Amino acid sequence: MTERSNDMIEDAVEGALHDLAAEAPATLLPSTLLAVGLADGYAPLDSPIGRLFVAFNGRGVSAVALADDEAAFERRFVGTFGRPIRRVGTLPGQLGRAIERRLSGDRRAPVPVDLRNATPFERAVWDKALEIPPGEVRPYGWVAAEIGRPRAARAVGSVLGRNPVPLVIPCHRVVRSDGRIGDYALGSAWKRAALMDEGLDLERLEALAHVGIRFLGSDTTRVYCLPTCRNARRIRPAHEVRFRSRVDALSAGYRPCRHCRPGAAAG
Amino acid sequence: MDDDLALRLTSDLDGSFERLVVDHQDRLFSLALRYTGDPREAEEIAQDAFVRAYRALAGYDAERIAGLHLRAWLATITLNLCRNRARVRRSVAVRLDGDSAPVIASGADASPDGRFARREAIDHWAALLAGLPVRYRAPVVLRHVNGLDYDEMAEVLGRPTGTLKAQVHRGLALLRAAHEAALRHERAVEEQAPGDRASAGGELCIREVTR
Repeated sequence: MTERSNDMIEDAVEGALHDLAAEAPATLLPSTLLAVGLADGYAPLDSPIGRLFVAFNGRGVSAVALADDEAAFERRFVGTFGRPIRRVGTLPGQLGRAIERRLSGDRRAPVPVDLRNATPFERAVWDKALEIPPGEVRPYGWVAAEIGRPRAARAVGSVLGRNPVPLVIPCHRVVRSDGRIGDYALGSAWKRAALMDEGLDLERLEALAHVGIRFLGSDTTRVYCLPTCRNARRIRPAHEVRFRSRVDALSAGYRPCRHCRPGAAAG
Repeated sequence: MDDDLALRLTSDLDGSFERLVVDHQDRLFSLALRYTGDPREAEEIAQDAFVRAYRALAGYDAERIAGLHLRAWLATITLNLCRNRARVRRSVAVRLDGDSAPVIASGADASPDGRFARREAIDHWAALLAGLPVRYRAPVVLRHVNGLDYDEMAEVLGRPTGTLKAQVHRGLALLRAAHEAALRHERAVEEQAPGDRASAGGELCIREVTR
């Protein structure tokens, strides 16, 4: 073969290789943006208390909300986060299963959440809410004191109110210190429903609050608790002692429960 | 163009990352596709490469981002992922009669016949390329599929440009030889049993006989 024809064949090989440049599949861009959290997917989720919309991206769950329909949810999402969102068939398997476990009361179910724009204060409030066991509630002031900002109860309330992932972060377990349920990101009817679904005796809590009772103690252990604490629920009626304030309990010789730490609650 | 993009990435990563993906996705996908020979794997690799790039950019300071050669940097990430996967899943036999999912190259001919012939040619050359030993495959793909220059390739592969030129030259020679061998094989089969083309092709592996 002459050198010249060799070159021509080489050119032909180069041309054939040049044609091997391919177009990326149309799915690559959206799935990449989803993976890095510059776009979100969402799907409806049937929770124990009703149908929700759940948005997510590669960083975790980004929004949980109620909406009349998909269009309304999308509008609200784009308005709040400024990112594109699209409907997916179902939530990714592992994430969907973890959310379901979390919503049915398993606090340790590993649900990653996308709280990228949260301030340290917001993060502290939401992390603290996650420590409250299902079926129990804590006052706003308790959260404020626990995170080292005892005077910030009101700010705690508003941070909980703008929790982007209600139920996944159980802000419904934080209530007013006078025992009333208070506001909620999904509306107070949902807050009641979520708490009752967890087995909380809401009527009893409200009845106690109505007569000014904030703490319950046991005259056998001489320990006092917040009324919904799992230890308070074990006190038999014959041994139950009621307190209007922390000072009353302390001066009666009772010490605070180590589980619910009622000392952090105002009153 | 890339310099401009690198500059925008320093000031607004989230606002300009989509541009980065749009500008580089065909090149990254092609690199992974022609290296692995598997479109599904190539898409996963390309996505993974972009995710790693995003996380790296989020951690780099402005000076480091501005100094990046994006094409070479992204190719480096992609190629590392290709190699890691190959290590996990030892390379599958290359089949010239390839069952692989259709991949349409950009600018395919308009006529159905032309498109079919082009598809066939692409599958043929893709199979030959996937059978090339990796030390030639990577430089050949970077140079002739991705269109990188030798300085960029030296950055990606960590080899001197002189070595890379020799490896690309050798790679092309091996491809040409394999192509000619395949043509001879096909002709021989056609002469033996006209009409029975199913047995043509078979498996073909490019080996270096001499060094």
